[in-house]
Amino acid sequence: MTMTVTELGEMQGVEQTRREMPPIAGQSKLEVRGLLAYFDKTQALKGINLKIPERKITAIIGPSGCGKSTLLRTMNRMHELTPRARVEGEILLDGQNIYDPSMDAVRIRQRIGMVFQKPNPFPTMSVYDNVAAGLKLNGVRDRKRLDETVERSLKMSFLWEEMKDRLKESGARLSGGQQQRLCIARALAVEPEVILMDEPCSALDPNATQKIEEMMVQLENEYTIVIVTHNMQQAARVADYTAFMYLGELIEFDETEVMFENPKKELTERYITGKFG
Amino acid sequence: MSKQDLNQPQVTQPAPVAGRSQSKIGDAIFKGVAMAAAIAVIGVVVVLAIELFQGSSISLTTFGPSFFSTTTWDPVHNIFGALPFIYGTLVTSAIALVIGVPISIGVALFLSEIMKERRQVADYLGSVVELLAAVPSVVFGLWALFILSPMVRDYIEKPLKTYLGFLPTFQGTPFGLDFLTAGIILSIMIIPTVSAISREVLRSVPNSQREALIALGATKWEMVRHSVLPYARSGLFGAVILGLGRAVGETMAVTMVIGNSPSITASLLHPGYTLASVIANEFTEATSPLYVSALVEIGLTLFFVALAINIIARLLVWRITRFSKVRT
Repeated sequence: MTMTVTELGEMQGVEQTRREMPPIAGQSKLEVRGLLAYFDKTQALKGINLKIPERKITAIIGPSGCGKSTLLRTMNRMHELTPRARVEGEILLDGQNIYDPSMDAVRIRQRIGMVFQKPNPFPTMSVYDNVAAGLKLNGVRDRKRLDETVERSLKMSFLWEEMKDRLKESGARLSGGQQQRLCIARALAVEPEVILMDEPCSALDPNATQKIEEMMVQLENEYTIVIVTHNMQQAARVADYTAFMYLGELIEFDETEVMFENPKKELTERYITGKFG
Repeated sequence: MSKQDLNQPQVTQPAPVAGRSQSKIGDAIFKGVAMAAAIAVIGVVVVLAIELFQGSSISLTTFGPSFFSTTTWDPVHNIFGALPFIYGTLVTSAIALVIGVPISIGVALFLSEIMKERRQVADYLGSVVELLAAVPSVVFGLWALFILSPMVRDYIEKPLKTYLGFLPTFQGTPFGLDFLTAGIILSIMIIPTVSAISREVLRSVPNSQREALIALGATKWEMVRHSVLPYARSGLFGAVILGLGRAVGETMAVTMVIGNSPSITASLLHPGYTLASVIANEFTEATSPLYVSALVEIGLTLFFVALAINIIARLLVWRITRFSKVRT
């Protein structure tokens, strides 16, 4: 069973490589190879092979429980923090396996940032300190550099105009949408290469969602973004590439337009057209 | 479908009507009993305060406010001043917090953060720590008198005297029955309370707060230091205050090791006395009405010290939590 799944995945991988290399000029930022993930004895990912193109937005869609969040959390080694959870297989970041014993998970998370489903600013810190938190962890004390980074990060997350006079306020006092943009600014401040977003808009209203989507499109020039979303319209709006997952397997991966207009697999088509999920 | 639609009103409609009238009576009884219980508790506190005031009226009129600012406690000449006892209570409680709180929070952090993946083991260890709370305080006192006190004298107080004897806090003769020993036994006695509440407080910190910092590239310690502890601080503060409440009121164990000598000295190596201890020690031998009245006034003082601690604590907690409510 696992064999066939893996073979299926590999075939897809080959297919992708052939067809999609031209648009991404042979650059894949992250490469998932034969990835298996477990929660205790339950297998959540059954052999995933996937290449995440650099400086593009890749969406992962699929019904609840399909493993899309788990896949995202294996990409910055957050998965292993869950009690009794483990991972097999490889994920290459610029060709280096992040699960290699010589790799430091802490360092990897500095290079691969994450934004969570529910906005989680630090309530005891001011807006400024929230954004500066990652830099301060890395020992940056230089006031000027902190100021610049905070301003730049807040500008990138479209929050500077609203927040420039409220930097001393508690991060918990902002609206939900502002909190989520604050969390994105916080992730951007440590200058990661990849940003993983786990349903970043699911707790937000349409207006706040739109702002975050606009921001993502802007960020695409500098960052590789992977977004897990429940919302197929969102994937269609922002993502260059889309991966469809079902029951712990990667069913289809393609350019978003191709995926939505002309899916190769019947399962994908049924999901996209709302026949299940 | 249509069958169900027809059936539903017939079957379900009458039932709630009958149930409702019953539950109204139940509600009334429940409300009455609950309210009576609440009022009874407040009533007990009020009656207690009145009794304490009445019992101490002779002392109150004789000494007035100077009762709290004079240091002479002389039953033979009927002169009573409570300051040494207030001082003793504050000093021993402070020592208890200084030693007990870091240990308790350490225990709580170990159980909630380090042992996170072995929840069952953590729970067993936690209940062993909490068992300390089940030990009667007189047993703590016995142990403190025969085992802790000589150890403190030989291994803590003598080195302190030798190396830090120039400090006013460590002058005098190391004797083992003094403020320091009383504070140490108190610190042990508050550990179960403070660590159990701290552990629950730390466990209630949402995982999203931990992950937020981990995702920025933080180590486990950095996560605890910058995310978990700040988030939990008001709850931890509450745990500390409950520990303080226990330390202030603790009587038996302290009485057995503090030396029972009313004095105000900067030195921790000096015998002292606390509010609770003096009541326990001297109530049976209080012969004159003024003596009894003075002891009741000590009780009144203890009552208000405890009240003040709670009020200050609540104000501080309110000040902290006001700024740290998370919108969810």
